[in-house]
Amino acid sequence: MNLVSELWTSLIESLVGLGAVVRFLLRLVAESPRALLRVDVIAQQIYNSGALSLVIIMLSGLFVGMVLGLQGFELLQRFGSEEALGTAAAIGLVKELGPVITALLFAGRAGTALASELGLMRATDQLSAMEVMAVDPIRRVVVPRFLGGVIAMPLLAAIFSVIGIYGAQLIGVQIMGVDAGSFWSQMRASVGLSDINEGFVKSCVFGVACSLIAVYEGYHATPTAEGVGQATTRTVITSAVVILFFDYLITAAFL
Amino acid sequence: MGYAISGRPVFAGLDMDFPRGRITAVMGPSGTGKTTLLRLITGQVLADSGSIVVAGQELRGVKRADLYTLRRRMGMLFQNGALLTDLSVFENVAFPLREHTDLPERLIRQLVLTKLQAVGLRGAAELMPSELSGGMTRRVALARAIVLDPEILIYDEPFVGLDPISLGVILRLIRHLNDALGITSILVSHDVQEISMVADAVFLLSGGKVAAKGTPQELRSYPSEIVRQFVGGLADGPVPFHFPAPDYFGELLARGEK
Repeated sequence: MNLVSELWTSLIESLVGLGAVVRFLLRLVAESPRALLRVDVIAQQIYNSGALSLVIIMLSGLFVGMVLGLQGFELLQRFGSEEALGTAAAIGLVKELGPVITALLFAGRAGTALASELGLMRATDQLSAMEVMAVDPIRRVVVPRFLGGVIAMPLLAAIFSVIGIYGAQLIGVQIMGVDAGSFWSQMRASVGLSDINEGFVKSCVFGVACSLIAVYEGYHATPTAEGVGQATTRTVITSAVVILFFDYLITAAFL
Repeated sequence: MGYAISGRPVFAGLDMDFPRGRITAVMGPSGTGKTTLLRLITGQVLADSGSIVVAGQELRGVKRADLYTLRRRMGMLFQNGALLTDLSVFENVAFPLREHTDLPERLIRQLVLTKLQAVGLRGAAELMPSELSGGMTRRVALARAIVLDPEILIYDEPFVGLDPISLGVILRLIRHLNDALGITSILVSHDVQEISMVADAVFLLSGGKVAAKGTPQELRSYPSEIVRQFVGGLADGPVPFHFPAPDYFGELLARGEK
């Protein structure tokens, strides 16, 4: 009986928490049109979340593409169809690996930076100071960071996929000797707009989810060193689970 | 006015007034809710009972837009300065102007430099907050608090952790700003010496109520144990030295069990 009541309490708490996150998201969305007018502030946040994540995204994209080239070649060679390497790598990257790995890396780099920055702003009274200066911290600080992440994610995922395809080509064509013509022509013939759309939808959803989790955790962090640390950890863990959960849902929806 | 946090009353039947154009200090032992009082006055939290009237505006049931309009008439100096760490000193002081006005850049620059000159930090305009000392941080925060020419200026523990020179500078600035601009100042502190140098009137809070009220001189001869303990800096008295605990010897002699 005790276990049932504990489970019930835990379920109710989770639902209340989810409700709070949804209300927070609605508030961010409601404030977004006005925040978008401050182009300089948004551009700064796209730079913080996007441009500063570029090196890690490009490096990871290159290595993931190279591994795909190697593994794909080894597998396809067994069936004598190594010319399909371009198709396999491109579809794998554009639909799946690009958005998912970009989102996981984004959560680790930009997400933690956002959460700890907002948490420290709360701990050092910067958010309270804004409120007293009659400046809404949600509108001035949280929404631009949220939008910066939402805009940066699809761009980063696209860059990841492009670099990844180059990496696969580097290994498959340059080293393993797959014919360059078949590699590119098969890719062009079989990767359709629906594949690109699936990847784009995924990266947009992941962008909203990761940015929302990061700003929510940071904004609501307990204003202590321990509280900020916990908020940062929760950002990464929750983001990872949510990314993989939505990845399954969207993949299933596109089938 | 009454206010409670998690069912624990912080203020019960608190009655205070802060006259226009004067420096009124709020003193009291740590944990008496001095900072909470400032949060109530600025409308960051709302009172559970009674009313709080700031510049003629009742805070109970006030709309968010009206509260923000009211806050533009207030300035607040936070204990740690609360400067925005990603902006330079100049941009920190310019922040309220950029957010609330459409003034041309040239005018913003003049206003910011004037305020920085008033706190003696015009030369530090391009520094970042991490490059400032504690005293300088508080002076920049003061410049930011007065940049919109507020009617009410609130100081939260402005003297904590300052060296004697910075302390003298801050004291002089508080007095000067009040006299020159006719600002209503509310000063929360537990520094008896400094308060007696700068305040026109003092409230001493204890147990969620006003324990004493008067000029700093009147407080020195106030016929109350708590006031004597606080002003004289006595370790024990109505505010006990020891946090409530079980019997000392009993606990020492207990065999390890908690």
